[in-house]
Amino acid sequence: MTAAESPRGGAVVKRRTATGSAANWIDERTSISGLVKELGRKIFPDHWSFMLGEVALYSFIVILLTGTFLTFFFQASMAEVTYDGTYLPLKGIDMSAAMNSTLHISFDIRGGLLMRQIHHWAALLFVASIGLHMLRIFFTGAFRKPRELNWFIGFILFVLAMAEGFTGYSLPDDLLSGNGLRIIDGLVKGIPVIGTWISYLLFGGEFPGTAIVGRLYTLHILLLPAILVAALGVHLVLLVINKHTQFAGPGKTNDNVVGVPIMPVFAAKAGGFFFIVFGVITLMASLFTINPIWLYGPYDPSPISAGTQPDWYIGFADGALRLVPHGLGFLIGPFTFSLNVFLPVVVLGLFIVIVAIYPFIEGWVTGDKREHHIADRPRNAPTRTAIGAAGVTFYAVLWAAASSDLIATHFGLSIEGVITSLQILLILGPIIAYLVTKRVCLALQKKDREIALHGYESGRIVRLPGGEYIEVHEQLSDYERWRLVSFEDYKPVMLRPDANGRISVGQRARARFSNWFFEDRIQPVSQTELEAAHGHGHAAIEAADSHAAVEGGH
Amino acid sequence: MAKPTTRPARKQGRRSPLASAALIVIGLMATGGIYALFTTSATASTTASASQLTNEGSKLFAANCATCHGMSLQGTKQGPSLIGVGAAAVDFQVGTGRMPAAASGPQEEQKPPQFTQEQIKALYTYVGSFAPGPAIPQKQYLGGNGNAAKGAELFRINCAMCHNVAGAGGALTEGKFAPALGDVSAKHIYEAAETGPQNMPVFNDKNLTPAQKADIITYLKYLDNNPSPGGIDLANLGPVSEGLFLWIFGLGTIVGVTIWLTAKAN
Amino acid sequence: MAQHDDGVTTPEGDAVHEGTPTGTALQVSSAAESDPGAGVVHSDRVVNPGFPPHNPRQTDLDPVKDRRAEKQVAFLFFLSIVGSILALAAYIAFPILPNDFGSIRTNNLLLGLGITLGLLGIGLGAVHWAKQLMREDESVEMRHGTRGTEATREKAVEVFTLGNEESGIGRRTLIRNSLIGALVLTPVPAVALFRGLAPDADPVKLMQHTMWKAGTRLTHDPTGVPIKASDVTLGSAFHVIPEGLLQREDMLEQKAKAAVLVMRLQPQDLHVTKGRETWNYNGIIAYSKICTHVGCPVALYEQQTHHLLCPCHQSEFDITHEAKVIFGPARRPLPQLPITVDSEGYLIARSDFREPVGPDFWEREV
Repeated sequence: MTAAESPRGGAVVKRRTATGSAANWIDERTSISGLVKELGRKIFPDHWSFMLGEVALYSFIVILLTGTFLTFFFQASMAEVTYDGTYLPLKGIDMSAAMNSTLHISFDIRGGLLMRQIHHWAALLFVASIGLHMLRIFFTGAFRKPRELNWFIGFILFVLAMAEGFTGYSLPDDLLSGNGLRIIDGLVKGIPVIGTWISYLLFGGEFPGTAIVGRLYTLHILLLPAILVAALGVHLVLLVINKHTQFAGPGKTNDNVVGVPIMPVFAAKAGGFFFIVFGVITLMASLFTINPIWLYGPYDPSPISAGTQPDWYIGFADGALRLVPHGLGFLIGPFTFSLNVFLPVVVLGLFIVIVAIYPFIEGWVTGDKREHHIADRPRNAPTRTAIGAAGVTFYAVLWAAASSDLIATHFGLSIEGVITSLQILLILGPIIAYLVTKRVCLALQKKDREIALHGYESGRIVRLPGGEYIEVHEQLSDYERWRLVSFEDYKPVMLRPDANGRISVGQRARARFSNWFFEDRIQPVSQTELEAAHGHGHAAIEAADSHAAVEGGH
Repeated sequence: MAKPTTRPARKQGRRSPLASAALIVIGLMATGGIYALFTTSATASTTASASQLTNEGSKLFAANCATCHGMSLQGTKQGPSLIGVGAAAVDFQVGTGRMPAAASGPQEEQKPPQFTQEQIKALYTYVGSFAPGPAIPQKQYLGGNGNAAKGAELFRINCAMCHNVAGAGGALTEGKFAPALGDVSAKHIYEAAETGPQNMPVFNDKNLTPAQKADIITYLKYLDNNPSPGGIDLANLGPVSEGLFLWIFGLGTIVGVTIWLTAKAN
Repeated sequence: MAQHDDGVTTPEGDAVHEGTPTGTALQVSSAAESDPGAGVVHSDRVVNPGFPPHNPRQTDLDPVKDRRAEKQVAFLFFLSIVGSILALAAYIAFPILPNDFGSIRTNNLLLGLGITLGLLGIGLGAVHWAKQLMREDESVEMRHGTRGTEATREKAVEVFTLGNEESGIGRRTLIRNSLIGALVLTPVPAVALFRGLAPDADPVKLMQHTMWKAGTRLTHDPTGVPIKASDVTLGSAFHVIPEGLLQREDMLEQKAKAAVLVMRLQPQDLHVTKGRETWNYNGIIAYSKICTHVGCPVALYEQQTHHLLCPCHQSEFDITHEAKVIFGPARRPLPQLPITVDSEGYLIARSDFREPVGPDFWEREV
């Protein structure tokens, strides 16, 4: 054996290099050359909105790194100690070891406060970027076959991220997060039949007990991260198997992926992006205070701070609790059925479930079994986009409700006025958002259609010999036009009796939904219409337009 | 037409172009100075006797307060009785500008005080002379040398639910609010606690002893003098401001970076 | 203008997407597979024009710009080195000094900024490098259908078929059913273990009582000093804990039920219902501080409006009407603690609360 075998295979190189030898050594033990061959030049489409998932992934890595540092110092015990550290306003105060160790990290360890702040800012960013990423997937229809499963896994990741955040910020056992736990306890107690017992078992006795911080710690650093990493792994593997979607463009089809290869461009950009995300988080942590637990002091069931809110991603739940009108609840025999807690739980649960199974709902409505690898422009799926806008509005109103008292003080309003307005907005807002968004999407589609057929207004006014003024339109190139004309077209499903001559309830329902989704639509420009627009001039264009209007759009 | 080679003769004397400007400045300074001279209250104040203060106080009261509080402090439909409120209440309300009351709203808010220290002293001497009530706090409790830890604990139990743990203020019902406490003088903090202005409860000396009030003041002074070690504190409004900041600046910056990152190089 | 508009699958209708002029590697195996459902497959779609011509970058065309970009990338990496060194220097030069609280802020700031520079330098440098200098014209890769080929699927089916035949699980229903039964019951003991998460007491009984008893003195929170009736003046709000709470092992658990707010109103302002006439003492009244919504302390007292406000979800209680809920999500009024005075004038409880304190729970009225 004289020469090293290059991992690229092919010709045997005579000269031994260090990298070549190392690669050879590994390959001879792991078959890694196969992996390198498969993945090394894999193509990834390059659009900014495709990077939001990466933001989530990188902030998660930052969380893992800083969190590991914190675990070397944090004590997840509720045993009572007397604080004797450097922060004067807490000196001599009894608190749990958990809070004591958090204060120790913040005030006595160089860089400890920085690590805590990076960890917390990264956690806020983690959930926010998952949310934004999820919205991007939704509005571009990237959850359609074959990615429905990945959407569901992503949804699980979202819930896990929120759970991680909640368990995490409850660890220091401070007044703010302790009151959050108190609210959770009240919520749990309100569950019919089993609530009292769940609360008792969860807290290891009566609230607050001495067990909860330790248990949350186990969840926070062991159980939840393990499940999260596993789900994340599946999520990424599915991404690699299905390959990434891409926006429509000249040369891009449903059967190819156009972009940059992993090595070297994508790796450089993605790797660089990791450092940038890390850097931005660190910048925030260097300059801005987050979660100053020393101001809140140790948890005690008696005091509370004005402006007690959970971290932003739990806001929608807290807001839901604030918006329930009072007096809801009744007795079933001797048993209390508390609706004022149960109702928001049910409403939020329903909302979350609809989000989780939406790809299957839409798949059922369209009955479309083809694979979709071209990302939709949101305007080309008006009903879906409008539903998304309604959902976002619903969530946003609940989120805003969580800060109702701060809205009141900052805008000089009364809390009663704010809450009542938000109650009304919770119902009206999504409806209005739906209607407005749908019409805006259809209008944008019409505009696209017009530009595709007639081109851009160039601003050049020309006077024709007959005295008529026209504005010269500049036609798009074929490449520019492709984006405007290449979207999927759908039509409401026609009800047809099955073999037995019957129309089932399911079919009827499906036809209704498909009608709702697709009745108002703009059809994409066809080749014939295009030629007519270019060739025959005005009259033909008008005929084409009116024909399209009759067919289905308006 | 030939240009005149000599300037036309001056009708008036020589005058520098700056003369007008200088004249205006002198005139303004003169009038301003004379005005200030006439309206400056006596900084070299002679210590007025109690009866002098009461006298002056009653005049000020009649002119500024009696409309709502009644000529004998008995109260009217517009304002409560002031009998027994004590000098502390008057010093607080007038010293922070809350009184005389402005246009009606859910509550009277702090505004620039309308009276000088001397006038305020006269007012509270007058009101205090009607009936015994909380007096101006003794200086020993205002120095900020109490126990900050005890003060912080008392603050969290008695005050934080309205004013927020860091004194950032908070909402009350029907449009009222508890104001932020940053940079409020020790004296006013003490007086407010003792007299319970508007909807604030009364924390008499049996509820919070003077020493305990001194501890609370010490804690608040500590907050004023020690900015947050974590950096800029986003107004201490808690997770709401942190979340807003993250979405707008944090995520905003990062999305901006992604757009730059995927944009085609020129 | 002819347009296909039927949403029903026909064997011809699903053959090839007109929109894929670059050929299709998409395997169309069966009709149901690529059933477009409500999707419309037009026959005269606009044709994909293929890739637009590649526009080279400035750095591709101009070697001077190329060199400059290279220097910029190297500079950014160099900045990163500077940042990391600065961070290390800050760690050493700006430690946390024992009596200087402000030194923490300085340390946090400078260490953090150094690390930030170290990270951003690499990140921005790498991205700049990729954007300006790496070969960036677009490449193409073909997709294959996600489902396996027919041959693969047949093999997979064969695996299961053989597995079924060779084990006999399909036809040996006795084995199969007993196995299912066994597997279902195996986790049950593990589930039972979770009862041990909490002590062996009855939570319902615990939640129905607090440590207040007849004769328990009302004391200040947090000092435990008893309160005389004469201390409580009009407009006061006293935060109260029962005497003896501070000595208890389970202090916080008891406090979470026993925290009380004492206020004084003019007796004529109180609307007292029948049976509660002895529960207040000359207008001094005591209410549970634990919100009946989800348990936050209802601590905001407005002495002029006589309203209690809970800061968590803005439930409002009217003290003149026995803490009735007047706004917000709470369902029940705050429980009232019946009080009186003892022989020395100290406020004492007449008894425990007459109903469970705090949020609703299923067995509350049992």
